[in-house]
Amino acid sequence: MSVDQTEVLKQEQKQRIVKCVVWDLDNTLWDGTLLEGGIKGLRPNVFTVIKTLDERGILQSIASKNDHQSALSQLEQLGLTDYFLSPQINWGAKSGSIERIAKDLNIGLDTFAFIDDQAFEREEVSFAIPEVLCIDAADTDKIPELPEFKPRFITEDSARRRQMYQADLQRQTVEEHFDGPQEKFLTSLEMKLSINPAGESDLKRAEELTLRTNQLNTTGYTYSYDELNLFRQSYNHQLLVASLEDKYGDYGKIGLVLIERFEGNWVIKLLLMSCRVMARGVGTVLINHLRNQARNNHVRLLAEMLPNDRNRMMYMTYKFNHFSEIDKQGELVIFENDLKVVHEFPNYFQLNIGDL
Amino acid sequence: MNFEELISKSHAFVTQYLNGADVDLDIDLFATGMVNSLFAMQLVLFVEKEFGFAVANEDLDYDNFRSINAIADFAARKLGLTVNA
Repeated sequence: MSVDQTEVLKQEQKQRIVKCVVWDLDNTLWDGTLLEGGIKGLRPNVFTVIKTLDERGILQSIASKNDHQSALSQLEQLGLTDYFLSPQINWGAKSGSIERIAKDLNIGLDTFAFIDDQAFEREEVSFAIPEVLCIDAADTDKIPELPEFKPRFITEDSARRRQMYQADLQRQTVEEHFDGPQEKFLTSLEMKLSINPAGESDLKRAEELTLRTNQLNTTGYTYSYDELNLFRQSYNHQLLVASLEDKYGDYGKIGLVLIERFEGNWVIKLLLMSCRVMARGVGTVLINHLRNQARNNHVRLLAEMLPNDRNRMMYMTYKFNHFSEIDKQGELVIFENDLKVVHEFPNYFQLNIGDL
Repeated sequence: MNFEELISKSHAFVTQYLNGADVDLDIDLFATGMVNSLFAMQLVLFVEKEFGFAVANEDLDYDNFRSINAIADFAARKLGLTVNA
Protein backbone atom coordinates (compact mmCIF):
# COMPACT_ATOMS: atom_id res chain seq x y z
CA MET A 1 0.00 0.00 0.00
CA SER A 2 3.07 2.19 0.18
CA VAL A 3 3.06 3.95 -3.17
CA ASP A 4 -0.69 4.27 -2.95
CA GLN A 5 -0.43 5.82 0.44
CA THR A 6 2.06 8.42 -0.74
CA GLU A 7 -0.20 9.20 -3.70
CA VAL A 8 -3.19 9.45 -1.45
CA LEU A 9 -1.32 11.76 0.82
CA LYS A 10 -0.39 14.06 -2.02
CA GLN A 11 -4.02 14.20 -3.07
CA GLU A 12 -5.01 14.78 0.48
CA GLN A 13 -2.67 17.72 0.71
CA LYS A 14 -4.19 19.22 -2.41
CA GLN A 15 -7.67 18.56 -1.16
CA ARG A 16 -8.96 20.28 1.94
CA ILE A 17 -8.78 18.09 5.00
CA VAL A 18 -10.65 18.98 8.16
CA LYS A 19 -8.81 18.61 11.45
CA CYS A 20 -11.23 20.49 13.67
CA VAL A 21 -15.01 20.86 13.58
CA VAL A 22 -16.55 23.80 15.44
CA TRP A 23 -20.18 23.43 16.47
CA ASP A 24 -22.79 26.04 17.24
CA LEU A 25 -25.09 24.99 20.11
CA ASP A 26 -28.70 26.31 19.84
CA ASN A 27 -30.60 24.51 17.07
CA THR A 28 -27.37 23.01 15.77
CA LEU A 29 -26.02 20.69 18.43
CA TRP A 30 -29.25 20.60 20.38
CA ASP A 31 -32.88 21.33 19.65
CA GLY A 32 -34.14 24.64 21.05
CA THR A 33 -32.66 27.81 22.46
CA LEU A 34 -31.07 27.38 25.86
CA LEU A 35 -31.85 30.86 27.22
CA GLU A 36 -35.38 30.88 25.80
CA GLY A 37 -37.13 28.03 27.54
CA GLY A 38 -34.43 25.39 27.45
CA ILE A 39 -33.65 22.60 25.07
CA LYS A 40 -35.46 19.51 23.85
CA GLY A 41 -32.41 17.26 23.68
CA LEU A 42 -29.73 16.70 21.09
CA ARG A 43 -30.70 17.00 17.44
CA PRO A 44 -31.08 13.63 15.71
CA ASN A 45 -27.82 11.94 14.72
CA VAL A 46 -25.67 14.63 16.29
CA PHE A 47 -24.22 12.26 18.84
CA THR A 48 -23.34 9.68 16.18
CA VAL A 49 -21.60 12.35 14.12
CA ILE A 50 -19.64 13.59 17.13
CA LYS A 51 -18.50 10.08 17.99
CA THR A 52 -17.60 9.21 14.41
CA LEU A 53 -15.48 12.33 13.97
CA ASP A 54 -13.81 11.70 17.31
CA GLU A 55 -12.84 8.16 16.34
CA ARG A 56 -11.32 9.50 13.14
CA GLY A 57 -9.04 11.78 15.11
CA ILE A 58 -10.89 14.97 14.10
CA LEU A 59 -10.93 17.47 16.93
CA GLN A 60 -14.12 19.29 17.92
CA SER A 61 -14.93 22.55 19.60
CA ILE A 62 -17.76 25.01 20.13
CA ALA A 63 -18.51 28.57 19.06
CA SER A 64 -21.80 29.65 20.58
CA LYS A 65 -23.34 32.97 21.51
CA ASN A 66 -24.73 31.99 24.86
CA ASP A 67 -24.34 32.31 28.57
CA HIS A 68 -21.02 30.64 29.27
CA GLN A 69 -21.93 28.91 32.51
CA SER A 70 -25.41 27.72 31.51
CA ALA A 71 -24.14 26.30 28.22
CA LEU A 72 -21.29 24.46 29.94
CA SER A 73 -23.66 22.97 32.53
CA GLN A 74 -25.98 21.84 29.76
CA LEU A 75 -23.09 20.13 27.94
CA GLU A 76 -22.09 18.53 31.20
CA GLN A 77 -25.62 17.18 31.73
CA LEU A 78 -25.56 15.72 28.23
CA GLY A 79 -22.23 14.07 29.03
CA LEU A 80 -20.51 15.78 26.09
CA THR A 81 -18.02 18.10 27.79
CA ASP A 82 -15.01 15.89 27.11
CA TYR A 83 -15.53 15.90 23.37
CA PHE A 84 -14.93 19.63 22.97
CA LEU A 85 -11.54 21.30 23.24
CA SER A 86 -11.28 24.96 24.13
CA PRO A 87 -15.03 25.71 23.78
CA GLN A 88 -15.81 29.37 23.08
CA ILE A 89 -19.10 30.46 24.58
CA ASN A 90 -19.46 34.22 24.57
CA TRP A 91 -21.28 37.05 22.81
CA GLY A 92 -18.46 37.96 20.44
CA ALA A 93 -18.18 37.26 16.71
CA LYS A 94 -17.82 33.57 15.90
CA SER A 95 -14.92 34.24 13.57
CA GLY A 96 -13.03 35.51 16.62
CA SER A 97 -13.95 32.39 18.56
CA ILE A 98 -12.68 30.15 15.75
CA GLU A 99 -9.41 32.07 15.57
CA ARG A 100 -9.01 31.61 19.30
CA ILE A 101 -9.55 27.85 19.02
CA ALA A 102 -7.02 27.63 16.17
CA LYS A 103 -4.50 29.44 18.32
CA ASP A 104 -5.12 27.25 21.38
CA LEU A 105 -4.82 24.03 19.39
CA ASN A 106 -2.02 25.31 17.16
CA ILE A 107 -3.58 24.11 13.91
CA GLY A 108 -4.21 26.03 10.70
CA LEU A 109 -7.50 27.83 10.02
CA ASP A 110 -7.66 26.13 6.62
CA THR A 111 -8.29 22.84 8.44
CA PHE A 112 -11.42 24.09 10.22
CA ALA A 113 -15.09 23.41 9.54
CA PHE A 114 -17.92 25.34 11.20
CA ILE A 115 -21.49 24.11 11.64
CA ASP A 116 -24.30 26.57 12.35
CA ASP A 117 -28.03 26.73 11.62
CA GLN A 118 -27.96 30.47 11.00
CA ALA A 119 -26.92 31.76 7.59
CA PHE A 120 -25.85 35.04 9.20
CA GLU A 121 -23.25 33.32 11.38
CA ARG A 122 -21.91 31.20 8.53
CA GLU A 123 -21.56 34.27 6.36
CA GLU A 124 -19.82 36.23 9.09
CA VAL A 125 -17.26 33.41 9.45
CA SER A 126 -16.88 32.95 5.67
CA PHE A 127 -16.31 36.65 5.23
CA ALA A 128 -13.75 36.99 8.03
CA ILE A 129 -11.95 33.65 7.44
CA PRO A 130 -12.66 32.43 3.89
CA GLU A 131 -10.59 29.28 4.38
CA VAL A 132 -13.03 27.84 6.95
CA LEU A 133 -15.51 25.33 5.52
CA CYS A 134 -19.01 26.43 6.64
CA ILE A 135 -21.82 23.89 6.84
CA ASP A 136 -25.54 24.35 7.41
CA ALA A 137 -26.74 22.46 10.50
CA ALA A 138 -29.45 20.94 8.30
CA ASP A 139 -26.68 18.96 6.57
CA THR A 140 -25.17 17.54 9.78
CA ASP A 141 -26.10 13.96 8.79
CA LYS A 142 -23.98 14.11 5.64
CA ILE A 143 -20.79 15.26 7.36
CA PRO A 144 -19.19 11.84 7.96
CA GLU A 145 -19.59 11.03 4.26
CA LEU A 146 -17.89 14.17 2.95
CA PRO A 147 -14.34 13.55 1.66
CA GLU A 148 -12.98 16.43 3.76
CA PHE A 149 -13.87 14.45 6.87
CA LYS A 150 -12.30 11.17 5.84
CA PRO A 151 -8.64 11.08 6.79
CA ARG A 152 -6.76 8.34 4.97
CA PHE A 153 -4.68 7.39 7.97
CA ILE A 154 -6.39 6.24 11.10
CA THR A 155 -3.76 5.01 13.51
CA GLU A 156 -3.92 4.25 17.17
CA ASP A 157 -2.57 7.77 17.71
CA SER A 158 -5.37 9.39 15.69
CA ALA A 159 -8.04 7.70 17.75
CA ARG A 160 -6.42 9.16 20.87
CA ARG A 161 -5.80 12.58 19.37
CA ARG A 162 -8.44 14.32 21.45
CA GLN A 163 -6.98 13.09 24.74
CA MET A 164 -3.52 14.16 23.57
CA TYR A 165 -4.71 17.67 22.76
CA GLN A 166 -6.55 17.86 26.06
CA ALA A 167 -3.31 17.03 27.82
CA ASP A 168 -1.51 19.63 25.68
CA LEU A 169 -3.99 22.32 26.69
CA GLN A 170 -3.48 21.47 30.34
CA ARG A 171 0.31 21.62 29.92
CA GLN A 172 0.05 24.98 28.16
CA THR A 173 -1.97 26.45 30.99
CA VAL A 174 0.52 25.21 33.53
CA GLU A 175 3.49 26.38 31.47
CA GLU A 176 2.01 29.87 30.98
CA HIS A 177 1.50 30.26 34.68
CA PHE A 178 4.68 28.58 35.77
CA ASP A 179 6.92 30.91 37.70
CA GLY A 180 10.49 29.80 37.95
CA PRO A 181 13.28 28.30 35.90
CA GLN A 182 12.33 26.36 32.79
CA GLU A 183 14.15 23.33 34.09
CA LYS A 184 11.86 23.22 37.11
CA PHE A 185 8.87 23.30 34.79
CA LEU A 186 10.26 20.42 32.74
CA THR A 187 10.97 18.50 35.93
CA SER A 188 7.40 19.08 37.07
CA LEU A 189 6.09 17.31 33.95
CA GLU A 190 7.59 13.97 35.10
CA MET A 191 8.40 12.98 31.53
CA LYS A 192 9.13 9.40 30.56
CA LEU A 193 10.92 8.94 27.27
CA SER A 194 11.37 5.54 25.63
CA ILE A 195 13.60 4.88 22.66
CA ASN A 196 13.15 1.41 21.23
CA PRO A 197 13.73 -0.51 18.00
CA ALA A 198 10.59 -0.25 15.89
CA GLY A 199 8.23 -3.19 16.07
CA GLU A 200 5.86 -4.15 13.29
CA SER A 201 3.01 -2.42 15.04
CA ASP A 202 4.94 0.88 14.96
CA LEU A 203 5.36 0.99 11.20
CA LYS A 204 2.09 2.62 10.19
CA ARG A 205 2.71 5.46 12.60
CA ALA A 206 6.36 5.61 11.50
CA GLU A 207 5.29 6.01 7.89
CA GLU A 208 2.80 8.67 8.90
CA LEU A 209 5.55 10.53 10.75
CA THR A 210 7.89 10.53 7.74
CA LEU A 211 5.10 11.88 5.54
CA ARG A 212 3.72 14.49 7.89
CA THR A 213 6.69 15.92 9.74
CA ASN A 214 8.37 18.80 7.93
CA GLN A 215 9.77 21.19 10.46
CA LEU A 216 11.61 18.93 12.87
CA ASN A 217 12.95 16.65 10.16
CA THR A 218 16.60 16.45 9.16
CA THR A 219 16.24 15.08 5.63
CA GLY A 220 12.55 14.79 4.79
CA TYR A 221 13.15 11.34 3.30
CA THR A 222 9.84 9.54 3.14
CA TYR A 223 9.72 5.79 3.44
CA SER A 224 6.87 3.45 2.71
CA TYR A 225 5.55 0.88 5.13
CA ASP A 226 7.36 -1.88 3.22
CA GLU A 227 10.67 -0.05 3.14
CA LEU A 228 10.44 0.65 6.86
CA ASN A 229 9.61 -2.98 7.47
CA LEU A 230 12.80 -3.99 5.61
CA PHE A 231 14.93 -1.53 7.58
CA ARG A 232 13.43 -2.88 10.76
CA GLN A 233 14.70 -6.36 9.96
CA SER A 234 17.93 -5.44 8.18
CA TYR A 235 21.21 -6.02 9.96
CA ASN A 236 22.65 -2.91 8.31
CA HIS A 237 19.94 -0.65 9.62
CA GLN A 238 18.47 0.38 12.89
CA LEU A 239 15.02 1.92 13.05
CA LEU A 240 14.19 3.53 16.38
CA VAL A 241 10.90 4.89 17.64
CA ALA A 242 10.64 7.37 20.50
CA SER A 243 7.56 7.63 22.70
CA LEU A 244 6.88 10.20 25.36
CA GLU A 245 4.44 10.47 28.23
CA ASP A 246 4.15 12.80 31.17
CA LYS A 247 1.87 13.30 34.10
CA TYR A 248 -0.78 14.89 31.88
CA GLY A 249 -0.96 11.97 29.51
CA ASP A 250 0.57 10.12 26.64
CA TYR A 251 2.07 11.94 23.66
CA GLY A 252 2.25 8.67 21.73
CA LYS A 253 5.02 7.92 19.27
CA ILE A 254 6.69 11.21 18.58
CA GLY A 255 10.10 10.52 17.11
CA LEU A 256 11.81 8.37 14.54
CA VAL A 257 15.47 7.67 13.79
CA LEU A 258 16.87 5.63 10.93
CA ILE A 259 20.52 4.61 11.08
CA GLU A 260 22.49 2.89 8.34
CA ARG A 261 25.53 0.91 9.55
CA PHE A 262 28.51 0.02 7.45
CA GLU A 263 32.23 -0.52 8.03
CA GLY A 264 32.61 1.24 11.33
CA ASN A 265 30.22 4.04 10.43
CA TRP A 266 26.74 4.80 11.63
CA VAL A 267 24.91 7.24 9.41
CA ILE A 268 21.75 8.90 10.66
CA LYS A 269 19.63 8.99 7.52
CA LEU A 270 16.62 10.45 9.19
CA LEU A 271 15.88 12.02 12.53
CA LEU A 272 12.49 13.56 13.07
CA MET A 273 10.20 14.63 15.85
CA SER A 274 6.60 15.66 16.06
CA CYS A 275 6.14 19.41 16.62
CA ARG A 276 4.05 18.55 19.65
CA VAL A 277 7.21 17.86 21.63
CA MET A 278 9.09 20.97 20.56
CA ALA A 279 11.00 22.55 23.44
CA ARG A 280 11.01 19.42 25.57
CA GLY A 281 14.62 18.52 24.88
CA VAL A 282 13.81 15.21 23.16
CA GLY A 283 16.16 15.83 20.21
CA THR A 284 19.12 16.37 22.47
CA VAL A 285 18.41 13.15 24.36
CA LEU A 286 18.03 11.18 21.12
CA ILE A 287 21.34 12.48 19.80
CA ASN A 288 23.09 12.00 23.12
CA HIS A 289 21.91 8.39 23.20
CA LEU A 290 23.26 7.80 19.67
CA ARG A 291 26.54 9.47 20.60
CA ASN A 292 26.95 7.24 23.67
CA GLN A 293 26.15 4.14 21.66
CA ALA A 294 28.51 5.06 18.83
CA ARG A 295 31.28 5.73 21.35
CA ASN A 296 30.73 2.38 23.07
CA ASN A 297 30.73 0.57 19.74
CA HIS A 298 33.85 2.38 18.55
CA VAL A 299 32.23 3.62 15.35
CA ARG A 300 32.06 7.05 13.70
CA LEU A 301 28.72 8.79 13.96
CA LEU A 302 27.71 10.55 10.76
CA ALA A 303 24.46 12.24 9.77
CA GLU A 304 22.87 13.29 6.53
CA MET A 305 21.03 16.58 6.46
CA LEU A 306 19.04 18.27 3.73
CA PRO A 307 18.62 21.85 4.90
CA ASN A 308 15.57 23.75 3.67
CA ASP A 309 13.72 26.87 4.74
CA ARG A 310 11.64 24.96 7.28
CA ASN A 311 14.05 22.68 9.11
CA ARG A 312 16.68 25.13 10.29
CA MET A 313 15.97 24.08 13.84
CA MET A 314 17.23 20.58 13.10
CA TYR A 315 20.39 21.98 11.54
CA MET A 316 20.98 23.79 14.83
CA THR A 317 20.14 20.71 16.83
CA TYR A 318 22.91 18.87 15.02
CA LYS A 319 25.37 21.74 15.22
CA PHE A 320 24.76 22.33 18.92
CA ASN A 321 25.14 18.64 19.66
CA HIS A 322 28.70 18.40 18.37
CA PHE A 323 28.10 17.63 14.72
CA SER A 324 30.13 19.52 12.15
CA GLU A 325 29.99 19.53 8.39
CA ILE A 326 32.60 17.32 6.76
CA ASP A 327 31.20 17.13 3.24
CA LYS A 328 28.62 18.61 0.94
CA GLN A 329 27.14 16.83 -2.06
CA GLY A 330 24.87 19.31 -3.79
CA GLU A 331 22.19 20.14 -1.24
CA LEU A 332 23.12 17.21 0.96
CA VAL A 333 25.25 18.00 3.99
CA ILE A 334 27.27 15.27 5.69
CA PHE A 335 27.94 15.78 9.37
CA GLU A 336 30.32 13.98 11.66
CA ASN A 337 30.03 14.00 15.41
CA ASP A 338 32.86 14.80 17.76
CA LEU A 339 32.29 11.98 20.23
CA LYS A 340 34.98 13.14 22.67
CA VAL A 341 32.71 15.48 24.60
CA VAL A 342 30.57 13.44 26.96
CA HIS A 343 27.26 14.78 28.26
CA GLU A 344 24.95 13.54 30.97
CA PHE A 345 21.28 13.16 30.14
CA PRO A 346 19.12 15.98 31.48
CA ASN A 347 17.68 14.83 34.77
CA TYR A 348 14.11 15.85 34.00
CA PHE A 349 13.60 12.70 31.92
CA GLN A 350 13.01 9.20 33.14
CA LEU A 351 14.63 7.23 30.35
CA ASN A 352 13.82 3.82 29.01
CA ILE A 353 16.54 3.15 26.46
CA GLY A 354 18.47 0.10 25.44
CA ASP A 355 21.78 -0.64 23.75
CA LEU A 356 21.90 -0.60 19.96
CA MET B 1 27.37 48.85 20.87
CA ASN B 2 30.26 47.93 23.15
CA PHE B 3 31.25 44.59 24.60
CA GLU B 4 29.55 45.27 27.95
CA GLU B 5 26.27 45.83 26.17
CA LEU B 6 26.63 42.61 24.20
CA ILE B 7 27.10 40.79 27.49
CA SER B 8 24.24 42.45 29.31
CA LYS B 9 21.80 42.03 26.44
CA SER B 10 22.70 38.36 25.98
CA HIS B 11 22.46 37.79 29.70
CA ALA B 12 19.06 39.46 29.86
CA PHE B 13 17.77 37.33 27.00
CA VAL B 14 19.00 34.06 28.45
CA THR B 15 17.76 34.67 31.98
CA GLN B 16 14.40 35.85 30.72
CA TYR B 17 14.06 32.75 28.60
CA LEU B 18 14.94 30.57 31.54
CA ASN B 19 12.32 32.34 33.65
CA GLY B 20 14.78 34.32 35.68
CA ALA B 21 17.16 31.50 36.53
CA ASP B 22 20.55 32.75 37.66
CA VAL B 23 22.88 32.06 34.77
CA ASP B 24 26.61 32.43 35.12
CA LEU B 25 28.35 34.14 32.19
CA ASP B 26 30.57 31.14 31.57
CA ILE B 27 28.19 28.30 32.22
CA ASP B 28 27.75 25.91 29.30
CA LEU B 29 24.13 26.39 28.28
CA PHE B 30 23.94 23.22 26.23
CA ALA B 31 25.81 20.84 28.49
CA THR B 32 23.45 21.18 31.43
CA GLY B 33 20.30 20.25 29.58
CA MET B 34 18.95 23.69 30.45
CA VAL B 35 18.13 24.49 26.88
CA ASN B 36 16.77 22.79 23.80
CA SER B 37 16.64 23.34 20.05
CA LEU B 38 13.79 25.81 20.27
CA PHE B 39 15.88 27.87 22.63
CA ALA B 40 18.87 27.56 20.29
CA MET B 41 16.71 28.78 17.44
CA GLN B 42 15.42 31.71 19.44
CA LEU B 43 18.89 32.52 20.62
CA VAL B 44 20.11 32.75 17.04
CA LEU B 45 17.13 34.89 16.04
CA PHE B 46 17.77 37.12 19.04
CA VAL B 47 21.41 37.60 18.05
CA GLU B 48 20.45 38.40 14.46
CA LYS B 49 17.79 40.89 15.43
CA GLU B 50 19.44 42.52 18.42
CA PHE B 51 22.98 42.76 17.08
CA GLY B 52 22.02 43.27 13.45
CA PHE B 53 23.89 40.65 11.44
CA ALA B 54 22.89 37.39 9.77
CA VAL B 55 24.14 34.17 11.34
CA ALA B 56 25.28 31.92 8.49
CA ASN B 57 25.23 28.14 8.73
CA GLU B 58 29.00 28.03 9.25
CA ASP B 59 28.59 30.36 12.23
CA LEU B 60 26.03 28.07 13.84
CA ASP B 61 28.66 26.57 15.98
CA TYR B 62 28.47 25.17 19.46
CA ASP B 63 31.48 27.28 20.43
CA ASN B 64 29.79 30.51 19.33
CA PHE B 65 26.70 29.93 21.44
CA ARG B 66 27.77 27.74 24.34
CA SER B 67 27.69 30.47 26.99
CA ILE B 68 26.77 34.11 27.43
CA ASN B 69 30.43 35.08 27.17
CA ALA B 70 30.81 33.01 24.00
CA ILE B 71 27.80 34.70 22.41
CA ALA B 72 29.17 38.15 23.21
CA ASP B 73 32.62 37.21 21.89
CA PHE B 74 31.10 35.87 18.71
CA ALA B 75 28.93 38.98 18.19
CA ALA B 76 31.91 41.23 18.88
CA ARG B 77 33.94 39.42 16.22
CA LYS B 78 31.13 39.68 13.68
CA LEU B 79 30.66 43.37 14.45
CA GLY B 80 34.39 44.03 14.30
CA LEU B 81 34.64 45.18 17.92
CA THR B 82 37.88 44.82 19.80
CA VAL B 83 37.39 42.57 22.76
CA ASN B 84 39.05 43.94 25.85
CA ALA B 85 37.55 41.70 28.49
